[in-house]
Amino acid sequence: MYNEFKTIIDRIKQGKLWRFRGGVHPDGRKSLSNTHEIADIAIPNRLYLPLKQHIGVEGVVSVAVGDHVLKGQKLTKSSNPFFVPVHAPTSGKIVGIEKHVSAHPSGIPEQTIIIEPDKKDTWAELKPLKNYDAFPKIKVLETICQAGIAGMGGAGFPTHLKASPKKGVEFLIINGVECEPYITADDRLMREHANQIRQGIDILAYLLSPQHIVIAIEDNKPEAVQALTEACSDSADISVCEIPTRYPAGGEKQLIQVLTNREVPHNGLPIDVGVIMQNVGTCFAIADAVLAGIPLIRRVVTITGEAIDRAGNAWVLLGTPISHLMSQAEYHAKRQSQQRMIMGGPMMGYTVASADVPVIKTTNCILVPTDKEMPPMGEEQPCIRCSACADACPAHLLPQQLYWHGKAKEYDKAQEYNLFDCIECGACAFVCPSEIPLVHYYRQAKADIRIQQEEADKAEKARERFEARKARLKREQEEREEKHRKAAEARRQAMDKTDSDAKDKIAAALARVKAKQSGSQEEAPKTANKPNDKVAAAIARAKAKKQAASESEANVSNTQNGGESNQPPSTNDKVAAAIARAKAKKAQRAEQENTSIDTNTSDEPQTSNTASDTQTEKQDRIAQAIARAKAKKAAKQQFERAENKSSSGSSTEGQGAEASMPVIKDEVPQPTDTAPLSESEARKQRVAAAIAKAKAKKAKAKEKQALKQADNLKQEPDSPAVSIENDINQQPSAESAPADPETIKKQKVAAAVARAKARKAAKDAEKLNEQNTKDS
Amino acid sequence: MMLSLSSSPHLKRQRNTGQVMRLVMYAAIPGLIAQTWFFGFGALVHFAVAAATCIATEALIVELRKRDVERTIKDSSALLTALLLAVSIPPYAPWWLTVIGSVFAIAIVKQLYGGLGNNPFNPAMAAYVMLLISFPVQMTNWAPVASLSQYEESALDSASIVFTGYNVEGYSIEQLRSDVDGHTMATPLDHLKTALTTGETSEEALQAPIYSNGLGQGWFWINMAYLFGGLLLLRLKVINWHIPVGVIVGTFAISGFFHLIDGSVYASPLFHLFSGGLMFGAFFIATDPVSASTTDKGRLLFGAGIGLWIYIIRTWGGYPDAVAFAVLIMNMGVPLIDYYTRPRTYGHRSEHKSAIKRAEDRD
Repeated sequence: MYNEFKTIIDRIKQGKLWRFRGGVHPDGRKSLSNTHEIADIAIPNRLYLPLKQHIGVEGVVSVAVGDHVLKGQKLTKSSNPFFVPVHAPTSGKIVGIEKHVSAHPSGIPEQTIIIEPDKKDTWAELKPLKNYDAFPKIKVLETICQAGIAGMGGAGFPTHLKASPKKGVEFLIINGVECEPYITADDRLMREHANQIRQGIDILAYLLSPQHIVIAIEDNKPEAVQALTEACSDSADISVCEIPTRYPAGGEKQLIQVLTNREVPHNGLPIDVGVIMQNVGTCFAIADAVLAGIPLIRRVVTITGEAIDRAGNAWVLLGTPISHLMSQAEYHAKRQSQQRMIMGGPMMGYTVASADVPVIKTTNCILVPTDKEMPPMGEEQPCIRCSACADACPAHLLPQQLYWHGKAKEYDKAQEYNLFDCIECGACAFVCPSEIPLVHYYRQAKADIRIQQEEADKAEKARERFEARKARLKREQEEREEKHRKAAEARRQAMDKTDSDAKDKIAAALARVKAKQSGSQEEAPKTANKPNDKVAAAIARAKAKKQAASESEANVSNTQNGGESNQPPSTNDKVAAAIARAKAKKAQRAEQENTSIDTNTSDEPQTSNTASDTQTEKQDRIAQAIARAKAKKAAKQQFERAENKSSSGSSTEGQGAEASMPVIKDEVPQPTDTAPLSESEARKQRVAAAIAKAKAKKAKAKEKQALKQADNLKQEPDSPAVSIENDINQQPSAESAPADPETIKKQKVAAAVARAKARKAAKDAEKLNEQNTKDS
Repeated sequence: MMLSLSSSPHLKRQRNTGQVMRLVMYAAIPGLIAQTWFFGFGALVHFAVAAATCIATEALIVELRKRDVERTIKDSSALLTALLLAVSIPPYAPWWLTVIGSVFAIAIVKQLYGGLGNNPFNPAMAAYVMLLISFPVQMTNWAPVASLSQYEESALDSASIVFTGYNVEGYSIEQLRSDVDGHTMATPLDHLKTALTTGETSEEALQAPIYSNGLGQGWFWINMAYLFGGLLLLRLKVINWHIPVGVIVGTFAISGFFHLIDGSVYASPLFHLFSGGLMFGAFFIATDPVSASTTDKGRLLFGAGIGLWIYIIRTWGGYPDAVAFAVLIMNMGVPLIDYYTRPRTYGHRSEHKSAIKRAEDRD
């Protein structure tokens, strides 16, 4: 049940509270240390200041070995929001910045600034913010941050972060519960410095604007309750609440439950239920920092346990090694069978690895018990599933199940039982009759899970990287293909554009009509040819060779057709091509009659499968070749004329021709090899086209030269090449009628010839181009 | 200088497993006294036999398993098993029955599963059931209530009967169990069951001399004594209230229901609650932590289930009493019960979450 603000206030005013589930009642032993005032102790000979004494990030050391520092001088800096600086607790010399045994259960050495105090205790200049409410909140927060304040109840979360919530604050809870046995640091602080704590609360109230402030103190500290009640008697917004003594009532979640009956949601923060909690020690430090400008350089530490004679509380400079405190408190090592020092309380504190471990911002107690007082843990016995642990657990967990799964390393099961909701309060292990160090098992399981998680994350990242690379390669390939596809598209469009040219259309139509005519004439032989294809092909090859030879030699003038297929890309070329086409058409008409007769006569013998007709065929071929050659010549003349006319074309085209040359070389065989061309006309057309192309190139090259001379150098290399490529690619689709092998052979031969010519032309153009570039 | 390291917490409550086990045994003393008062010293004799056998068996097996024998014996769990078995066995039963039961309980039911903490079944009850099925005649040799017996019985007599089958004066068990008329005296539950099958109503059956005020003579007080011991255990926080309350409420509810339907056939809830081993079962057997449920809700369910089974078997089953069967049946259900009765972890309440969401919306 989620209680509304008013319900809670009413109950708090009436002194009625809720209770948290579980909990234990260990012997408090508070009177060992809470009877004396907080003492001042002598400055030690060495101070060891770890760079990081809170939850967050450490800063960069801003001093060097040999520097003299003043009391309160900042020693580290960083702009990270999770950083709080450490300060020199007294004046002295930096004698080392090195690894030193840490105030951590592991004792793993950490980077530490070592100060040799000069015992003069000279203060650095302090900058208090006395009338803090005249400053913006951010300024006050900055002051708190720069004073190095982190939660002093034990966790050590940077206070400036906790004092700048994103949501509205209903309750500011000041935690003076101090539920751990033995510890009395907050108790003494509240008794002796209630007014300064109140000042700190006022500063927090200014920053947080809570609807109500509750100071919670366990009912075993009546003096502290009294002192704070007096200190806060003038404010109606502050309630001092006495809460029943039960461990761990001072746990953040448990205290919120006791006061508001709200539960901090799993993976949530107290602010999610409208609560911010600060420790009384933190309030004291805030008041110090804001009102006096004093950074966090000392704290109250309870030094207690039956192995020392002078138990009590003391103001201890941060960095003071435990050994110094022990000598001050008269520690008797012989009272312990094995030397054992606990930093923190008996329930959640940890044994330190060495007496050189320094006091840090979160150190509230040094406990040195005798063996009788706290017998070392006996040997672990089997769990009898008595569930005393479950009854004691304030987090409503089933510790025996967590233990069972943790021990068996069934971490998924342990997590299913909400292992990470364990606050490690130690209540379960406290009550366990089998002396099982339950918390130890949970810590181990948590650490293992975190390591596994990290490894899984790493593996996941590696996998992601691999997949990203794969995806990138694939994408790049697709992009390339897409680019090619688009280029092809563009070419096709360009082609369509040119096709849309009325003249072209007419020409194309004419060509088609012609193609049909000749196609129909060839149909009969084609089907009849099939069984003799190979023979016919062989014959054709032989003929073609001969023909080609004669073709190259012969220079007989005859008229031939050009055909519609090849569209030179540029307008100039187009003009030339159009002219060529027109001529070709004229020639074609004349030739058509010849061919129709030719095919009729020559194909007849082939079907009857004899070689005797080769003679007549040869003659036909020769005639055709002659005709072609003539056509070429005519086309050439035509182009030459056109080229003379078009010497003022755009440079892009020239460049395009140049760029497309290798492409032409590569691509020319393609249509002739792969595309079946049926009609003899088509073949002829193509030859003519190839010639036309070559000429066009030549023309372009020349044109380009002219342009270069005209100093027109801005060029765009891509599109004309594309259009030429397109021309070539387009051919098969324009002439897609099926062909019989003989005609194909012929076509191939013709094409080869055309290619050779084209190449020559291209080479010429290249040479020209080279010259041009050299010239320019 | 290296300091000694240990994991928190450094404080612990001074009550170990051995102490817990011994506390349970101390709490059984009132019941044991009552049993001795009404049925002679048989239970004590059997306890002596069982204790010796259990400890010897445990020591032997732990030694075979190469574990620390001394530490295992010190946890007193074997001794507690011996006690629970001994008070369940009829006082006139022969000694070897107890020996077989003890060996079975420790060796098979407990150690074969991995020793203390790992046995799914209550060792004493599993052994009892084994004996009941294997030796039905000997396992029903309950002595008549002392006040109804024709013979005075000394401790020596009890021992003699257990070890030889005859008392010091040479009377056999059958003779000892007969009343003046020569009829064998059954236990109240047994008698009621038989009487009902012969067509008597429960009221008529309860008029027999073994009853007083509708309750089994002697058995009422024995149950009261165990109830007292159980309350002591609750007071000392050795056990939680959930299981005993579950058993009592479960038995009361179902017996009350049927008694209301037909009082002439079904005995009253009070009769059931104070007959046989019910209180003993509710506080001392069902609460065995190892084989019982571990969640609060689960314990209530577990207890109520035992209560139901006790009544069902007593009323319609083939055995006069059913605590052992009921406990074993519910032992089997413990993993399931535990799984479905997990408590809601702090901060995990869905209702709570929705409330938080509401609060956020308000902000």
